Amino acid sequence: MMKNTVIYKLLQNDKAGRIVLSALFALMVLVPLSNMLLPPDSFLHVPTYTVTLLGKYLCYALLALALDLVWGYCGILSLGHGAFFGLGGYAMGMYLMRQIGDRGQYGNADLPDFMVFLNWQELPWYWSGFESFTFALVMVMLVPGILAFLFGWLAFRSRVTGVYFSIITQALTYALMQAFFLNDFGFGGNNGLTDFKDILGFDIQANGTRIVLFMLSAFMVIVAYLLCRFIIQSKLGRVLMSIRDAESRSRFLGYRVEHYKLFVFVLSAVLAGIAGALFVPQVGIINPSEFNPVNSIEIVIWVALGGRGTLYGAIIGAVVVNYVKSFYTGAMPEMWLFMLGGIFVVATVYANAGVIIGVILSAVVSSIYAGISTLIGSEINPFVMLFFALGTLYICAKYFDFFWQKSLPFLTTLPLIGNVLKEKVVTSHSEVKS
Amino acid sequence: MSHTPINSPSRKITSILQLSGVTKSFDGFKAINNLSIDIKPGELRAIIGPNGAGKSTMMDIITGKTKPDTGEVTFKDVVDLTKHDEADIANMGIGRKFQKPTVIETLTIWQNLELALAGHRSILQTLFWRLNNDQAKRIDDVIALIGLAEKRDDLAANLSHGQKQWLEIGMLFIQEPEVLLVDEPAGGMTDTETMVTARLLKEISQRHSVIVVEHDMDFVRELDCKVTVLHEGSVLAEGSLDTVSSNPRVVEVYLGR
Amino acid sequence: MFKLFIGFVFALLISVSSTAQDTALPNNEQIEIPQVDRTLLLNEAVNALNASSFTKKTNAVNALVELKDPRILPILKGMRLGKLYSLKKNKTIVLAEKVEGGYQLTHAVTGSDLGIAKSNTIKKIRVNNKVRSALSKHIAILELTSSNTNERFLAAKNILSNPDEQLREVLVVAQKAEPTRKVKELISLIIARLDIQSSDENIRLNALRAMTGAVEPTVIQDIKKILEKDESGNYIEKSEVVTAMAEDKLSWIQTKLDWFKFCEDAIFGLSLGSVLLLAAIGLAITFGVMGVINMAHGEMIMLGAYTTFAVQQFFPSLMSYSLLIAIPMAFLVSGLVGVIIERTVIRHLYGRPLDTLLATFGISLILQQLVRVYNSNNVPVVTPDWMAGSLEINAALSFTYNRIYIFIFALMVLVGLALLLKKTLLGLQMRAVTQNRAMANSMGIRSGHIDALTFGLGSGIAGIAGVAVSQITNVGPNLGQSFIIDSFMVVVFGGVGNLLGTFFAAMGLGVVTKFLEPQVGTVVGKIMVLVFIILFIQFRPRGLFALKGRFVED
Repeated sequence: MMKNTVIYKLLQNDKAGRIVLSALFALMVLVPLSNMLLPPDSFLHVPTYTVTLLGKYLCYALLALALDLVWGYCGILSLGHGAFFGLGGYAMGMYLMRQIGDRGQYGNADLPDFMVFLNWQELPWYWSGFESFTFALVMVMLVPGILAFLFGWLAFRSRVTGVYFSIITQALTYALMQAFFLNDFGFGGNNGLTDFKDILGFDIQANGTRIVLFMLSAFMVIVAYLLCRFIIQSKLGRVLMSIRDAESRSRFLGYRVEHYKLFVFVLSAVLAGIAGALFVPQVGIINPSEFNPVNSIEIVIWVALGGRGTLYGAIIGAVVVNYVKSFYTGAMPEMWLFMLGGIFVVATVYANAGVIIGVILSAVVSSIYAGISTLIGSEINPFVMLFFALGTLYICAKYFDFFWQKSLPFLTTLPLIGNVLKEKVVTSHSEVKS
Repeated sequence: MSHTPINSPSRKITSILQLSGVTKSFDGFKAINNLSIDIKPGELRAIIGPNGAGKSTMMDIITGKTKPDTGEVTFKDVVDLTKHDEADIANMGIGRKFQKPTVIETLTIWQNLELALAGHRSILQTLFWRLNNDQAKRIDDVIALIGLAEKRDDLAANLSHGQKQWLEIGMLFIQEPEVLLVDEPAGGMTDTETMVTARLLKEISQRHSVIVVEHDMDFVRELDCKVTVLHEGSVLAEGSLDTVSSNPRVVEVYLGR
Repeated sequence: MFKLFIGFVFALLISVSSTAQDTALPNNEQIEIPQVDRTLLLNEAVNALNASSFTKKTNAVNALVELKDPRILPILKGMRLGKLYSLKKNKTIVLAEKVEGGYQLTHAVTGSDLGIAKSNTIKKIRVNNKVRSALSKHIAILELTSSNTNERFLAAKNILSNPDEQLREVLVVAQKAEPTRKVKELISLIIARLDIQSSDENIRLNALRAMTGAVEPTVIQDIKKILEKDESGNYIEKSEVVTAMAEDKLSWIQTKLDWFKFCEDAIFGLSLGSVLLLAAIGLAITFGVMGVINMAHGEMIMLGAYTTFAVQQFFPSLMSYSLLIAIPMAFLVSGLVGVIIERTVIRHLYGRPLDTLLATFGISLILQQLVRVYNSNNVPVVTPDWMAGSLEINAALSFTYNRIYIFIFALMVLVGLALLLKKTLLGLQMRAVTQNRAMANSMGIRSGHIDALTFGLGSGIAGIAGVAVSQITNVGPNLGQSFIIDSFMVVVFGGVGNLLGTFFAAMGLGVVTKFLEPQVGTVVGKIMVLVFIILFIQFRPRGLFALKGRFVED
C-alpha cells in the first residue's frame, strides 16, 4: 500500500533510519500529548522543561545531520559548522530582539537594550528588516548559505582539501567568535542576544509555544533526514561518495568536483542555520560562545560516535552525547571534560558501534557508583567515578563491536526516558524524605 | 562551452592529440623537456621508457592535472588543452586510467560503471537522474565485457588488483572518450589476462585513439603498434618496436646503467 | 762565633727594614695627607654643614668639595634630598632613611650602620634654594667629572630633564673634557636647552641646530613650545627664521621617531614571531613530518610552562638558573607525555589525519581538565633578574630583555632542530620512515620507535616553547588553547614540512600582527590576519614554501 510513496522509496534500504524516524515521529506526537493531556502527577507526564530539553537535543541532531552530509558522504570535515549554526541563531535572535519593542529595560522601542547601553543613536543598517519574521527566516538560511558559498567557493576552487580545509574552517569560526565578542560589531558583544519576549506574538515562555517549537524541531529533523536520504540515494549521492573516496578519479570522469562540494557544503550550512534558528527561541539566548571552535569539534564527535556516513547515526550520536553531557554536568561538572575527552579518543581509535553503547553504559555505571556511595554514606570520589566511566567506555569499545539495531528506538528516546525517570525518582525520593 | 564545436563533421582532423615543445620542471628538475608527440585519429600508440622518463607527468599534462611551463597541447587540431581543467578535458573526450587502479571502493561495480557512463555531469541532472533501459543495457554489456557479471553488486573494494584494473578500463570504455590514456594496464595481471587486455585495447583502438604507457615488453609487442621511447622528458626514439629496440641509444638507456 | 751570629741577624734586620722603607716611600709621596687625617678633615668639613645660617652652610658645602673625596657625593646628594640629619646627643652627621618605626641611620662619612632612631633624637639639616643650587652645581660637577662613563651619562641625562642656567659654565667645561661621543652629545643638548631660552635669535637658532635629531621627550617639548600659537593663531615666537627652523627640525624629529616606532614594532613583531615560531616548530614536526594533526600541541606548551613553575617551586634557591633547569625538564616532561600519547593513541591512527585531529583534541581536553582540577587559576611564574629590564638604544627606543632572549632562543631551537634532522642518524631515520615506511622497516629501522621518538621530539619542543611562553604570558589551564590555532596557521602558511617556511611564516605573521594591532585594535587585527591566511590559502594551498613535484600529490 505504501510501496509507491516517496518516503517508502527513500527508506527502502535503511532499516535503522526507519526505526529512528519512527521513534522521532512517536516522540513528536506523544510528548506534546502527554504534556498537555496528562495530569502533572501522572507517571507518564512529560514536564515542559523536559520538552524544551528534548527540543534542544533535536536541534543538535539536525546540526549533526548537516555535518554528516558533508563529512560522511563527501569527506569534507568542517570544523566550523558551529559558525553556521550560530549565524542562523543570530538571525533568529535579531528577529526576537526586535520583537521585544519597548518592553526592554530601557523601554526604547527603536533600539535593543544593548545598543541603548552603548549610546547608539540609531539601528545599524544590517539590523533593518529583522522586525519581519519572513525576512528573518530568509536570513536564517541566506546568511550561513552565502558565507558557506563564498568560503567554499574560494577553498574548493583552489583545491584546499583534507586537514587544510578543516583547519581553515576552524580559523573561520574562531575569527567569527572574536568578531562577535566585539561590542562595535553590533550583535550584543559578550552577552549576545537574550531576554526575548515573544515569537510571532506568542509568549516564548508559554507551554504551547514551547511544545510547538519542540514539534517543529522534530519535524525539521525528519524532513532534513528525508532530504539527505533523497540526495544520497540519487546519482548525486554516488558522485559525492566518489569524490570522498577518489577525488581525482571523479575529476577524470568529468565531474566538476568543486561544484558538487560547494553544493553540498552550502546545503549543509543552510541546514545548520535552520538548526540554530530553532535552537535560539528554545534556549532563550545566543552569544558568541556558540562560535567557539570547541563547539564545532564537538559536533564532529557526535557524528563520529553515531557512525559517520549513516545519517541516523548522527541523530543518535547528538542525542546520546548531549544527554550524557547533561547527566554529567548535573552530577559532577568537572568530570564531563574528562569524559568528553575520553569519548573523542575512544571513538576515533575504535570507530565502531560499541563506543556509543559504552558512552551510555559509562553514565549508568557512574550513577550506580554514585548511588552506592550515597547509600553507604561515603563521598563520591570523582577519580574513582572517572575510572569506572572510562573503563566501561574502553571495554565496550573494544569488545562490543556490534550495533544493537533493536536498541535504536531506546537510544533515540533515551533523553526522554532518562529525564522522566530521573524526575520521578527524585520527586518520589524527596516525598519519602518529607 | 564557447569553443568551436570540435565534432563538426565538415572538418578533417589531422591529429587528435598533439604535444609540441612541452616543458615542465619541478624545483629545477625537468620532468618533461621539449617533448613533442603527435597522435593521429584512431591511432594506437605505446609509450615506453625507464622510470623517471616523464611518462606520468606527460599524462598529467594532457589531462589537465599539471600545467606545463611552456609548450602547447592541442586536441583535435584546435583546442588548447592547457587552458582547461580535468573535468573539462574529460568531458571533451579524453579518458584516463591511472597507474594504480583507482575505482570507487565504497560503490558496487554496477554503480561505478553507472557513474562513469557518458552523459550529463551537472548537479541538478545527477540529482534527478533516472537510468533508462538503454543505459542499463549498456552497463550490463560492459560488465560482461570486463568479465565481472557475477560480481555486479559487489563493492569494488572486494575486487582483486587485476579485477580493479579491468573495472577501471570498463569505466574508461563506458565514458566513451575519443582518446584513452592508459597507464600500465597490465600491472598485476597474469599472462593470460595481459594478452586479453592487449586484445581488448586493440579492439578499442578501432574506434578510439589509445595511448598506452607500459613497461611490459611482451604486452607492447602484443599491441603491435608504433612505439615512442621517452628518456629524461623527451622523445628518444620512435617507430615500430623492432626499430626502436635495435636503436643503440635505447639499448643503452635500458641496459646501459 | 756568637758575635758573628748577632752581626748576621742585625745585618738581616737592617736589610729587611730598608726594603720595607723602599717600598713604602712612593706611596707616602703620592698621598698628600695621611688617610687618618683625611677622615678627620672630612669629618670636620661635614660637621660644618650643620651651621647656624644658610650662608655658612653654603660656604661649608664649597669647602667640603675642595677636599675632593669620593665620599662627598652621597653626602651632597643626601643633603639636597633633605636626608642629612645631625644626632641631637653628639652632633654626629648622619644620613637618615625613613623606615617603619623611625629612621634608619648611617654615618655620613664612614657609612657605618647606626641602627634605627626615633624622630625626636635627630635634627634635620635644613637647606634653602641658595644652598640647594650650590649643592646641585657641585653634584653636577662631581658626576660629570666622574671616571665612570655610565655615571657621567646618567648625570647628563638627569640634568637634561631639568637644566639649570647656573650649571652652564660647568657644562661647557665638561663638554670640552668629555671623551665619549654619547655623553658629549647629551651635554650639547643640555646647553641647547638652556640656549633656547635666550633672547638672542642667533643663539636660539644655534640651539635648534644642536637639537637636530634629538629624540628626548623634553627636547621635543622645547621645540614644540617654540611653535606654540596664541589665540589668534600666530606664533608666539617672533622670529620667523626660528619658527621655520623649528618646523623643519620637528618634522625631521617626527620622521626619526616614526622610524624608531617602526623599528620597535618590527622588533616587537619579531619577538612575537619568535614565540609563534617556538610554538609552531614542534607542530611542524608532528604535522609536517608525521602528518599527525596534534590538537594537544597547545597542552604540551602548557605542560612546559607548568614545569617551569614546578622547578621554581622545588628549587627556590636556584631562581636565577630556574629557566636553564626548566628547559631540559620541560623537554623531558612534554616529550614523555608525547611518547605516551603516541604509543597509546596515535599509533592506531596513522594514515587517518582527520582522526588524529579528533583523538588529540580529546587528549587536549583531558590534559586541560587535569590541570584545572589541580588548580583552575593562573600560577605565578617568576622572571629571573637577568631576563627583566630592557636594553635602551636611545630615549625613544628600547627593547625588553625577555623579548630579545626569546628571539635568540627560538633561533637556537630552530637551528638545533634543523641540524638534528639533517645531520644525525635519528634525523635520517625519521625522514626515512616518513618517506617510505615499508622500505625503512625492511632496512631494519623500527618505525614504531621512530614514530614515538618523532612525536616525542615534537612534543618536547612544545615543552621548551612553554618555558619561553611562561615568561611573557599568564600560565593557566587555557594557555595551550590560545596558541593552537595560531600555531596551525603558521605551519599552514609556511608550507607543511618546511622548517624555513615555518620560520618566515612565524616572523611574518608576528610582524604583520604587531603593525596591524595599533591601527585597528587587537581583535580586529587578529581577525584580519586569520582572514588573510584563509585568502592566502586560496592562492597557495600548500603554503609559502610549498614542496613542489609530482610526489607531493598523492
